[in-house]
This record gives sequence, structure tokens and C-alpha cells, in this order.
Amino acid sequence: MLIHRINMNGHLAVLDINSGAVHLIDETVYDILGVFDGSNDDETIEELKDKYEIAEIKEILAELHELKKEELLFSPEFAVPDTFNEEPILKSLCLHIAHDCNLRCGYCFAGTGDFGGNRAMMSKETAEKAVDFAIKGSKNRHNLELDLFGGEPLMNFEVVRHVVEYARKREVEENKNIKLTLTTNGTLLNDENIKFLNDNRVMLVLSLDGTKETHDNMRPFPNQAGSYDAAVNGFKKVIDSRNGKNYYLRGTYTHYNLEFAKDTLDMLKVGTEISVEPVVGIDEPYVLTEEDLPKICAEYDKLAEAYLDYRHKGIPFNFFHFNVALDNGPCVAKRLAGCGAGHEYYAITPEGDIYPCHQFVGRDEYKMGTLDTGVERTDLISKFRHTHVMTKDACKTCWARFFCSGGCHANADTINGSIDIPYEYGCKLQKKRLECAIVLQAILTDEMNDGSEDLRPVIDNFKYNVE
Amino acid sequence: MKKRIKTVNKAMLKKTLKTGGCGECPASCQSACKTSCTVGNQVCERK
Repeated sequence: MLIHRINMNGHLAVLDINSGAVHLIDETVYDILGVFDGSNDDETIEELKDKYEIAEIKEILAELHELKKEELLFSPEFAVPDTFNEEPILKSLCLHIAHDCNLRCGYCFAGTGDFGGNRAMMSKETAEKAVDFAIKGSKNRHNLELDLFGGEPLMNFEVVRHVVEYARKREVEENKNIKLTLTTNGTLLNDENIKFLNDNRVMLVLSLDGTKETHDNMRPFPNQAGSYDAAVNGFKKVIDSRNGKNYYLRGTYTHYNLEFAKDTLDMLKVGTEISVEPVVGIDEPYVLTEEDLPKICAEYDKLAEAYLDYRHKGIPFNFFHFNVALDNGPCVAKRLAGCGAGHEYYAITPEGDIYPCHQFVGRDEYKMGTLDTGVERTDLISKFRHTHVMTKDACKTCWARFFCSGGCHANADTINGSIDIPYEYGCKLQKKRLECAIVLQAILTDEMNDGSEDLRPVIDNFKYNVE
Repeated sequence: MKKRIKTVNKAMLKKTLKTGGCGECPASCQSACKTSCTVGNQVCERK
């Protein structure tokens, strides 16, 4: 497959898979591209001559041949670039500051914080070792990311404070640019920790699922009381304190709130930077079903229309998953590296154990080593490095391969017992939202090219913006 | 004149086959509990 046609709410487009070029098209072109494969002109004319004038078909075919010659359509496949075959260098580390949480979320992949083990807190000593491990592994790379994660990391704020100060000190000593991100449920945010996080340029991922009803249903305290009010109180305070920047509200939708467009738009009461994701699980009542799929796709269409409408009206609403860069997206090597789990990205448990990513924590067969031994399972490094969209059967022929980069390895392992077989349901949702994203950005780009205001989103790789 | 086909961007992938791979861009975790940043939601750090 070399091209992919998209019809989003009647907006028609075609993606040239191997070049990344996108074209907005009309209905006739859309139909022709349903038959035309880059060279079968006669067959295309024969098949569509009853629906369209032959002269019209020929005219369009001539345009399509022109685009093919310019390598903007039917671009051929290419081989794995040499730059990707070099040794991987560490770019990100996820520090499990607290394997404990003060909420009991119904869908928590981390076993409500303990990751299937004991509830534990990372020590200052382990946190320092983790920072040093990350700096050493990053070699000559200037940028380095540290994610402060849990459970709920603010349950161990003393170590958050310590590791942030240590990272900022080491950053100067080693001439690095360390990007810090902290994920929190918001209920423990207070003036003291907010000031510290702001002063130290820590990006925030704030967990919010939508309306109060939706949020409270899945994100209760241990006594089953909902956490919405406490979370939103903290979120509003911290978002306001950083002038509405440097955060993402991040939600999860489940079988219980299939109308998640409503939930997503409700989040605008709290903030404008929003990311909402499907839940993943097995044999649980909240898990999304095949019957849910059409409803979910319709919700993405609704969100896409709202995204476009709000941009035209000047209402701030950044839906992260629709912000796709059509012009200056990542290189092919990056698109193959995908999430980087197990070769460019690791997670460190409170005990100092190393896993391919936070989702793999607690899966013994994926333990890669410890901060004392370093990574011992070099076989796993190689396995993760060389399991990408050009090696996985299901991805090789998928139109979305250079946008999604193969999906989540941990989900693939959870659902299929292998990182070689992607989690198909997740793929379906990923493709739907990518279709929306590509068409939306194509429309906004086209409007700009026609002389209208540039309403495309700013995509800045989660960079902390200093006023 | 391409009236019925409006090309909105340039081909970008092929030209990065030899030049890309500096690795300065962030990781792009796709799990449903983090920033869930697909590769497509990123830009090249060099540009």
C-alpha cells in the first residue's frame, strides 16, 4: 500500500505514505484513487467511466501522474536508514518516585500504585543514582528527559525536591538540557510544591478524566469518595500559577464514558491543553469493546469538528492528538525508534531496578538490570531496538506506520504476549484519530496557503516555556 | 494548476533518510498513562 485515502466528516484527503505528503482532494479524485494504483490508467477509466466523463478522468490521471513524478504520490518504499542502525543512546528515564498512591483508580495499570509489588518510596540515594545513570547513558546527546512518575510522586515530595535540585545541578556540570516532567493526580498540589515545580521548570501532566461524574466514577479516594473537586482545585491553582502554560490535562476514557467528546470539552473548564486516551485492559467491565468502536470513532469526528470550529472562532483548545506536524515532523530514524522503550528509554523502580518502560515494571522477564549492575539484558536492548514498523508484519503494510511508529510495546505484550504483535484495537483507534489529525492540519495549512490567518497549533515537543 | 488536488505540504520523509537520527527529540511514549505522545505529534528538534 502506497497511499491512504481519508474521509473525515466529508473532508477528503490522501496521504502519500512513504513521503508524508498530504493532498486535499475532491470526490472525483477520491473515487479515482480508490482504483488507480499509479499505473493502471486503462483499468481506472474502465471502472469509473459510467460515473464520470472519460475526459475528466483522464485529466485527473494526468495530475496524479505529475504528482507521482514529483514523488508526492505513490512514493516507493525505502530501506531502514543507516543512521538508525547506530548504537542507541539513552534519551529518557522514568523515575518511579513513589510506588504508592492516595487514589484507587479503577483502571490503574500500576495496581493502584504498587505495580504488583510492595508499596515503596524511592530514596534520595537511588534517585541520584538514576540521574547519574541517565546522564552517563545520554553520552554526547544534549537533551535529556527525566519523568517523575508514580503512583503519585507528590506522596514523596521530599525526594521530588531532592532529585530536581540534583538534576538541575548536574545539568550545569555536564552541559545538558534536562527536561523534567511530573505526572500527578493533583490532590496533593499545594502552594509550596507548586512554587517549587514552577521555579524549577517542571512540566506537568495532570490526570483528569472529564466531567465530575466521569472522573469520580473511576478516580476515587480509598474511601470511595470522588477526587474531582480536590484534583481540579489543585489543577486550577497550578495552571493559573504558571500563566496557563507548561502542562497537559490527561484523561482516560473507558466503556463507561463512550461519549468522551463531551468529557474532553468539559475539561476546558480547567485548562486548554488536553490529551485524552483510551483505556487498556483485559476482562474488566470498563474495557472498550468491538461494539463500542463506531461510537468512539463518531466521538473523534465530533472532537475534530469542535477543534476546527474553536480554532476558527479563536477559542483556545489544544487537543494533543490532533496536533500533527505535516511539514517538520521527525526524521525516519525517529519514526522507527518509536517510543524508545528498552533502548532509548527506561524506567527505574524505587528499588533501583531497570525496566524497558514504566508499563513493564513488575514483569520479571523484562527486568533489564539494576542501577548497581547497569543494563545486563543487552539482548532485550537489541530486541526492542529492532522491533519496529518495518519488522512487524502488521505494521509493514499499515498506512499509519510512520505516524504511530508501531504503538505501545507494553500493550502488545499485555494483549498478545509479544512485542512483535501490535495491540490491534489500539491500532484502530490510533488510525482513526490520526485520520482526523491529518485532515485537520491539512485544512488549516490549506487555509493559510490561501491567505487566511495561520491557525495551526504550535508543536514544541513538550518544551517548558519560560515567560 | 491543480484545482481538484491541493497539495498542502512537501515530501519530508525521504530526505531525512541520510540526515536524521541525531536523537535530540524527546521520547514519545504511547502508553495511556503518560503524555501519550505519538511520533506524529512531534517536530524535528533541528528545525
